[in-house]
Amino acid sequence: MSTSLLIVQILNGLQLGVLLFLIAAGLTLVFGVMDFINLAHGVQYMLGAYLAVMFYALTGNFLIALVLALAAALVFGLLLEFTVFRHLYDRDHLEQVIATFGIILFLNQGVKVVWGAAPLNLPIPEIFSGTVVLMQGILYPVWRLVIIGSGLAVGLILYILVSHTRVGMLVRAGATNARIVSALGVDIRRLFMIVFGFGTMLAAFAGVMIAPILSVEPGMGDSVLILAFVVIVIGGIGSMRGAFIAALLIGLVDTLGRSFAIDILRLVMPPSPARTVGPAIASMLIYVLMALVLYFRPAGLFPARGR
Amino acid sequence: MTTLVHTPARTGLSAIRVEAVPVLIFLVLALVPIAAAFGPETYWLGLFTRVMVFAIAALALDFICGYGGLVSFGHAAFVGIGAYAVGILGAHGVTDLLISLPVALGVSALFAFLTGTVCLRTKSVYFIMITLAFGQMIYFVAGSLAPYGGDDGLTVRARSTLLGLPLFANDRVFYYIVLGSLLGSYMLCRAFVVSRFGRVFRGARENATRIATIGYDVFRYQRIAYVIAGAIGGLSGFLLANATEFVSPAYMSWQRSGELIIMVLFGGIGTLHGAIVGAAAYLLLEDTLAGVTEHWKLIFGPMLVLIVLFARGGLLGLGESLRRKLFPGRSDP
Repeated sequence: MSTSLLIVQILNGLQLGVLLFLIAAGLTLVFGVMDFINLAHGVQYMLGAYLAVMFYALTGNFLIALVLALAAALVFGLLLEFTVFRHLYDRDHLEQVIATFGIILFLNQGVKVVWGAAPLNLPIPEIFSGTVVLMQGILYPVWRLVIIGSGLAVGLILYILVSHTRVGMLVRAGATNARIVSALGVDIRRLFMIVFGFGTMLAAFAGVMIAPILSVEPGMGDSVLILAFVVIVIGGIGSMRGAFIAALLIGLVDTLGRSFAIDILRLVMPPSPARTVGPAIASMLIYVLMALVLYFRPAGLFPARGR
Repeated sequence: MTTLVHTPARTGLSAIRVEAVPVLIFLVLALVPIAAAFGPETYWLGLFTRVMVFAIAALALDFICGYGGLVSFGHAAFVGIGAYAVGILGAHGVTDLLISLPVALGVSALFAFLTGTVCLRTKSVYFIMITLAFGQMIYFVAGSLAPYGGDDGLTVRARSTLLGLPLFANDRVFYYIVLGSLLGSYMLCRAFVVSRFGRVFRGARENATRIATIGYDVFRYQRIAYVIAGAIGGLSGFLLANATEFVSPAYMSWQRSGELIIMVLFGGIGTLHGAIVGAAAYLLLEDTLAGVTEHWKLIFGPMLVLIVLFARGGLLGLGESLRRKLFPGRSDP
């Protein structure tokens, strides 16, 4: 493996990492503060991408499409919260899983009906469409750097919001013990709604940002959802810092594993079995990591919950 | 984790009591082939064989989930292992069920034992996620089995035989074998639930600390139950591979595990026979809706939401509350 390939793959890993962070941040807040397993978080990511494609087709401007998509995703998310999720907060985890699974089925099929089953594309905005020379001989797409940058920026904003504002303080308190916060006179329903809306927007933002790289298709949220769950479980449910570190870890491990598993295995075994075993090991790697973390730290790396 | 349904503590005497609903369910299942003879027979037999195969897996899940509070989001892994045992042995020309069945059960039980040792250290949500992780691992392993079809899966060339006898070849005979397996699994789980073992296991769901304080090794009890559920899942997979004559990694995807949970919840969690009702309701509904429109998920998804919101205790719970309304004077049978 060459150094340039390694650098490119590390950047790709970071890009996957920040994407996962954007999705996991909302998930871990909703999970941590409301004790609510929202499997439908992945379809909100998908919806963000679809809405961006639709608004781009209407306006022809990426930025306007982004803003409109976020607004529409927020409205839709709050609508879901109001009609369905709100009635699930005090239910058993199992029931939350089933109900939100039903919403996944509905929305995955719904986008198929509205936008068709064929994958759609969103072009990269003109100014970010080229590649940039990182080092001698290493070209890297600008858009991927934009994703990394915006993800890190969102991370910073979240950090400031969560640790230096009043709402953030309530969110942290809610993640530790929502019942006490409610008993202290905080309108917990309103707090839930803010957290939920924010999480929805972050997921949609991730969807819009990744849309120019991936194809926009029904079910695109499902695999990402599982990865995001792996992230928040490794990081510790409710912990923003945990989600950030775990997301980058998962992004890097997954990307580097997929790129180099075969090469590494060839050091210890003949090429032919290495080519067979390599991809399997690469796919399993993050789950092995998760199982190991949970074995040694059953509540994740940075447990937030006080109860 | 809060409980969904409180199972009334069963005493030794009522354990022997024959309940009406399960008897009715098995009676109906036994009569299906006769009714099927009047319609498109292969279709009905195939559909109900499928229902019972999944009912076996759902039953096992209900055993650990409904009685022990162990919500496994990776239960399809055991089904897949059982199916692959048939597929891989078949690819090497071994079709005798005296070999493939013990292998299917043994490997899935072993997988349950090993993963259970790790999973059972965690609680509630973390348990859900770690079982999912192991499910995903085995899913990717199956996808990488290039000699056995990889992601595409592999065709099972011949159904299992018994000492060279093509026992499973006849659809009707196979149907009754699956029914027998379902009945056997049901009886086994029932026996475990009402036994002294089952009381400890159920007690651990209500309050693990208290059970541990009394002097029981909760972990050991839970692991035994987990292994039993895994082996029964393997049995389901063994039958599934024979029914579809095909195995594929898709059998153990996380969506499949989710479907099994839905079946359990659909029928009414913590009842065992509810899992059978749930599997039947889920698969028949899927089949019916898919016949009506290709966009059946648009109807099915909201239905799941409505069931969770308004029908607590699943279909059996719905039946129960209906019964209470119709015959308010009577107490529990």
